[in-house]
Amino acid sequence: MTPLLTTRDLRKNYGGLRAVDGVDFTLLPGEIHAIIGPNGAGKTTFVSLVCGRVMPSSGTIIFDGDDITDLPAYRRVRQGIAYTFQITSVFAHLSAYDNVALPMQRTLTDGRSRAKLHAGVMNALERTGLAGRANSLAGTLSYGHQRLLEVAMGLALKPRLLILDEPTQGLSDGEIAGFMDLVREIAQDATVLLIEHNMQVVMGLADRITVMNAGRILAEGTPADIRANDEVQRAYLGTEPA
Amino acid sequence: MRGGNSSAKVFLLHIAVIGILFALNFILPEYHHGVLARVMVLSVVAMGYNMLFGYAGLLSLGHAMFFAAGLYGAGLTAYHFGWAMPAAFAAGLVSGAVLSLAIGLLALRTTGVAFMIVTMMFAQVCYLLTFYFSEWTRGDDGLVLGQETRRLFIGDFYLDLTHPATRYMAALALFSVVLLITLFIVRSAHGRVLVAIRENEERTKMLGYDTFANKLVAVVVSGVICASAGAAYALLFGYVGSSFASVQYSILPLLWVLLGGAATTLGPFVGALFMYYVVDITSSYTSAYLLIVGVALILLVLYFPKGILGTIRERWIRWLP
Ligand SMILES: Nc1ncnc2c1ncn2[C@@H]1O[C@H](COP(=O)(O)OP(=O)(O)O)[C@@H](O)[C@H]1O
Ligand SMILES: [Mg+2]
Repeated sequence: MTPLLTTRDLRKNYGGLRAVDGVDFTLLPGEIHAIIGPNGAGKTTFVSLVCGRVMPSSGTIIFDGDDITDLPAYRRVRQGIAYTFQITSVFAHLSAYDNVALPMQRTLTDGRSRAKLHAGVMNALERTGLAGRANSLAGTLSYGHQRLLEVAMGLALKPRLLILDEPTQGLSDGEIAGFMDLVREIAQDATVLLIEHNMQVVMGLADRITVMNAGRILAEGTPADIRANDEVQRAYLGTEPA
Repeated sequence: MRGGNSSAKVFLLHIAVIGILFALNFILPEYHHGVLARVMVLSVVAMGYNMLFGYAGLLSLGHAMFFAAGLYGAGLTAYHFGWAMPAAFAAGLVSGAVLSLAIGLLALRTTGVAFMIVTMMFAQVCYLLTFYFSEWTRGDDGLVLGQETRRLFIGDFYLDLTHPATRYMAALALFSVVLLITLFIVRSAHGRVLVAIRENEERTKMLGYDTFANKLVAVVVSGVICASAGAAYALLFGYVGSSFASVQYSILPLLWVLLGGAATTLGPFVGALFMYYVVDITSSYTSAYLLIVGVALILLVLYFPKGILGTIRERWIRWLP
């Protein structure tokens, strides 16, 4: 199978700090791929390089056969890479509806139809369980709902690759269960790259797992491989997940 | 967005405002009739400014140059080449479009305070150019367009724009067209993107938007609207002078918009009207009227930080666009 995403020797330095330090990574189409690792491992920086929010110090990024290393972020989004922020950054002064309408109106092929836009927005809100909050200002939603709104905005982009950065942070157990169902549903027509601390979510969802530590890939494999990997146990799973 | 019900309400409100202004033509005493015609043209500048400042969140301190581009584009062609009104007006619009495109391409490389300074400096250059070419512009003295150049011919028949009622109707026509255009833009997909850029530009990029291109469109739309007011001003009031390119005419639209309510469609008109009368009334009592205007502005910013219509929208009428 040709990979959807490949990175080669990808690096990002902040001054002397090597936040991402030579990462070779492959993502297969259709999989749910989790990235785990302690705080500061470079997970957010790595996916930021992929979505173009941060430009790499060196290395290459190939998406669907094209070199996208120098492409500005908005062009990558148009190619199908969607990123939901770890630090919630919904448009606080706009309604939940408008937050989703923004990405939705761009992906509609016929552009102008208000009815189509409305149907699409309500669909994304329903899938994330926010339909009842459509008219609330995003800033007044609970933290968990704001996280879900981020996901709804990602969905509205109709991505081929959806990157979720710690989406369950701050969600209740009930919300997490619903969220896992949602991710499985999304994965039926998109590839999902998931950064997650909650090991239950990771083990329950991921087809493959990449473990990062200090800007490098420490291990890669199925959930069973990772559980059995001594090095991972020592470096990460043995310690309290941060 | 809200439902179809408030769409109808919004549209009716704007039509009603235009209708009332139309009726006032027949009711107002001569003095106020003249004031309102002028305020309608000036509030078009404010509406253009509001597109960029209110909706896209870009604070320019140089919009006098766009007003002046329209003023001189129309005034010089009418005065020196004897162009008929429609052609002169079009020349004003084209001047505004070309200038705003050039300024947008340069100034949008900056944001925030740098954008304010860059736009102010370009406007200052334009102001000085009106003196540099004073052979053509006659600088501060300016040009006076004669009555014969301010006639709009329709076949053998013509409209005399020096006639108060005709002038009023021409001002109202421009005002109405621009008001409805801004209403359409802010309710369009592009309008929603401008607001998103104002709220969080980085996030907007991550939704797949070329924010630079959207801001550039906003600068040009804003510039052309201001130029249309400048061109109309030259042709309706017959005077074209450097003072309209001065920094005062960059600051005034900002004040009008702040007063009336940034990012409201009718706020620019309300702000321009309110300020015109505050200055008018206070200056008839005291020569220190600018002091009173200053105090009034400070009070407004303290108690109505969102401007008149912005506050009304926040507290009472949520559907106001
Ligand atoms: N903009 C930045 N400037 C400087 N250092 C940064 C920046 N972003 C991240 N870092 C540093 O890079 C390292 C990796 O951070 P991050 O990618 O956020 O880790 P993770 O998401 O795995 O917790 C951390 O040491 C962090 O402090
Ligand atoms: Mg992180």
